[in-house]
Amino acid sequence: MKKIVCRCEDITEEDIIKAIDEGYTDLEELRKKLRIGMGPCQGRVCIQLVIRIIEDYTGKKLSKVSYPNPRPPIIPVSLGTLASDKHEKKG
Amino acid sequence: MFGFEGDTIASALHAGEVKTFSTSLVYNNPRGFFCGIGKCSSCLMRVNDIPNVRTCIAPLKENIHVEIQNRLPDLPKASFEQIPIESLSFDVLTIGAGPAGLCAAIEAAQKGAQVLIVDENQKVGGQLIKQTHKFFGSKQEKAGTRGVDIAKELENELNILKSQGKINVMLDSTVIGYYESKKNHLFGVVKRNDYKSQFLEINCKAAIIAVGAMENMILFPNNDLPGVYGAGAVQTLMNVYGVKPGKNVLMIGAGNVGLIVAYQLLQSGINVDRVVEAAPRIGGYHVHAAKLRRCGVPIYTSHSIKEVVGKEKVEGAVIIKLDKNWQPISSSETIVDCDTVCLAVGLTPSTRILSQINAEMEIIPEAGGYVALHDESMQTSVKNIFVCGDSSGIEEASTAMIEGKIAGISSALSIGVTKDKENLLKYIDELKLLRAGPFGDKPRAAKKIINKLVKI
Repeated sequence: MKKIVCRCEDITEEDIIKAIDEGYTDLEELRKKLRIGMGPCQGRVCIQLVIRIIEDYTGKKLSKVSYPNPRPPIIPVSLGTLASDKHEKKG
Repeated sequence: MFGFEGDTIASALHAGEVKTFSTSLVYNNPRGFFCGIGKCSSCLMRVNDIPNVRTCIAPLKENIHVEIQNRLPDLPKASFEQIPIESLSFDVLTIGAGPAGLCAAIEAAQKGAQVLIVDENQKVGGQLIKQTHKFFGSKQEKAGTRGVDIAKELENELNILKSQGKINVMLDSTVIGYYESKKNHLFGVVKRNDYKSQFLEINCKAAIIAVGAMENMILFPNNDLPGVYGAGAVQTLMNVYGVKPGKNVLMIGAGNVGLIVAYQLLQSGINVDRVVEAAPRIGGYHVHAAKLRRCGVPIYTSHSIKEVVGKEKVEGAVIIKLDKNWQPISSSETIVDCDTVCLAVGLTPSTRILSQINAEMEIIPEAGGYVALHDESMQTSVKNIFVCGDSSGIEEASTAMIEGKIAGISSALSIGVTKDKENLLKYIDELKLLRAGPFGDKPRAAKKIINKLVKI
């Protein structure tokens, strides 16, 4: 029975607490270590949960934290779609 | 399998009692959908060999092949059909066709702007189309009307402007990114058609971001089992597609959403075992709570969910009593018999496009989380980028509509297609009036901070 924080990458609360114990106490560090927020939903479910875990576990207030910047494409898109040839400009 | 026209793949699967859509990446856990509105990625499946199709918003078509997406999938066999990229220009791009986006697009078009409105769904209306209850608030903002009827009224207004060539509507399409551009603002849009997609570049003088919000998740063991759904997903299944999400529901959260959805479940002939609320008192309006109680549904305040029981799907849940400090009291557990756990524990503004645009963002707890700062005219720190509705701070559909109107007029004023400011001030006053009651305390506080901090 696991408490899932990031559904895309299957990361549990336990994984995050373990990483905090290893010294990764920043949202950006945790993201790079665990891939939280890097799956297809780009952190829409997990980021607020991760912030709460860091705050509860370290007692550190993260009110000034900046969220990881989601990069395009923000939904799954096939590479072929993005690599298509261009029409002549109109409109 | 079969379904009805207008069904999504996920709604048809639910109607056929299929609730597991994929297996998870590390633990191989069964996964069903969660948010039901295309935001959370839990519903991704392989359709006609194309992986990662969001089945909760993908339309159901005849003779399609839908497969469970495994932890380690094969490479797609689907052949790639090149659809050329198109470039289009508009005065105003509105992203999202919910209450805020529709009002914004209509208002901007009426002021003379050439408008494009883009939405991910097959229909306009956003979350209004699942709101079968009557609205509260002021008469001007359609109090006493059902959400679904408000959506129809707005759609009619939209269609008139569409037939006059003032608004273009692009459905089943998603804005996937913001790109650097020398002139104006440049967005990338992916338009889907039969699970194939086309990329479009949209150049616009102003953009209005009205992309709504995302259902909150909470942490408890087995919170990812199929059968743990967001309240919006449950409402979507039963009110939009006529599909019962389960037989016996445990509702978490006694805010307005939790109370209203619990009542709608009863109306659909689904048993609601109880409503559980972590706070010591009910958060929503008294009338909604009273309706539920009259139907014999108990509301347990100072209680929380401890865990969900089940292997492949929800088979029950354990709830626990909380003390004054919101800490669980030992040995106060109760086992609840249910096949669905519905989470109505608040919303978080959707802001991904806004962070890409580099609009100044801040965590404002009263607004539901990370939001783009904006002024009274709904403009963000980036010139000609406007925000309205839940993505500017969690509130209600009635305020979202006025915010939309304000953003619509402001965008038209800002790009110079109109000079008429009259209605702008009227709407700003209306908004203040709507937030004057006790339930407006939180948004009023949130907007005060948001308006104060912004630097344009």
